[in-house]
Amino acid sequence: MKQNRALQTFFNGLIKENPVFVLMLGMCPTLGTTSTALNGLGMGLATTFVLFCSNMAISALKQFIPDQVRIPAFIVIIATFVTVVQMFMEAYLPALYESLGLFIPLIVVNCIVLGRAESFAAKNSVGLSFFDGVGIGLGFTLGLTLLGAIRELAGTGKLFSLTIYPEEYGALIFVLAPGAFIVLGYLIAAFNKIRKA
Amino acid sequence: MKKLTSTLPNMLLSLGIICIVAGALLASVNDLTAGEIAASKQKKLESALKQVIDGFDNNPSEETAYFPTLAGDSLKIYEAKRGEELIGVAVESNSANGFNGNIKVLVGLDTKGKLLNYSVLEQQETPGLGTKMDEWFRTDKKQQSVINKNLSDGALKVSKDGGDVDAITAATISSRAFLDAVNRAYQAFAAMKGIQVDETSGATESTDEWDDTTLKQD
Repeated sequence: MKQNRALQTFFNGLIKENPVFVLMLGMCPTLGTTSTALNGLGMGLATTFVLFCSNMAISALKQFIPDQVRIPAFIVIIATFVTVVQMFMEAYLPALYESLGLFIPLIVVNCIVLGRAESFAAKNSVGLSFFDGVGIGLGFTLGLTLLGAIRELAGTGKLFSLTIYPEEYGALIFVLAPGAFIVLGYLIAAFNKIRKA
Repeated sequence: MKKLTSTLPNMLLSLGIICIVAGALLASVNDLTAGEIAASKQKKLESALKQVIDGFDNNPSEETAYFPTLAGDSLKIYEAKRGEELIGVAVESNSANGFNGNIKVLVGLDTKGKLLNYSVLEQQETPGLGTKMDEWFRTDKKQQSVINKNLSDGALKVSKDGGDVDAITAATISSRAFLDAVNRAYQAFAAMKGIQVDETSGATESTDEWDDTTLKQD
């Protein structure tokens, strides 16, 4: 029963409440960082790490945080984990750090992270909050990587930086912002179709 | 345990402790990673130096000096020597005109002011567009490449502004900023050599040649 609940929470985040395709949260990094599959994946994993760490910390501290100051407390906790990710990334993955640029510090204000803290971690146990964080995070990663892969392939003819067809045949619009909206729209439609089937 | 009520002391205590713990955690992570970050920056600088100038045998990161640009600030110049002879310089140049702020470029020049190669050290341009400057300006295609251009012939400009360098597709602002950094690098180099640079040089000096080049372009 307990294990069921954990799995259920995990898949809930991954599919039923997928942040990109169903909850439609965190649209700014979704559209901004997915010009390549690798950037999408990196951004997704960084957010996943912040999500499950902050979910667990907030869940563990929920009795200790008075209601009226919960938002500032959550933000301090989230910002701490984001800065930790940023520093580690700058030290050990400088290339990814450079290509994601200012989107890493912006994870702090990513509404998914604060949203899960409010709606899940503040009400559930540490264990469940962990699974929720990982599920939602991987759901976010899945969405970003998929979006990034399609945009990269259609725009530059590459997939994870491997050339599939010559760059000249790519449609630049997919790398630009409008392409992000177009691909995201079709992906949401496809995801809804599959989900309802 | 019962949830803490929202009284002033409780709130102060709770937020205060969270902030102290967060601060301590960040300080220790910073301690842990600061060395690594500095080392990776240094490594990057050294490989960038090797990339922009070929065949030096001194340690340019130890032979540096600052020289002023026309804008009044000064740039760091690394001297690359073979034996005692100066074979070129690498100028750590920058431009504040980037699409998302500062761009830092290491520009390699030979002793005559010819651009040998460059390496983009720092940038926050749009991924997939402005970030292409890493490779774009050394790709030998149409008029993209700035390699082997002699900067003493005048400042580089994108073709939209009447120059002869093709801007990155859909990233003209980033391209302008990049060329601005390159031009500033030459200004510092000229200051080092004691050459006068006219800010409008190239555009006004030789109108006859200008006609020739436009004809050739067509």
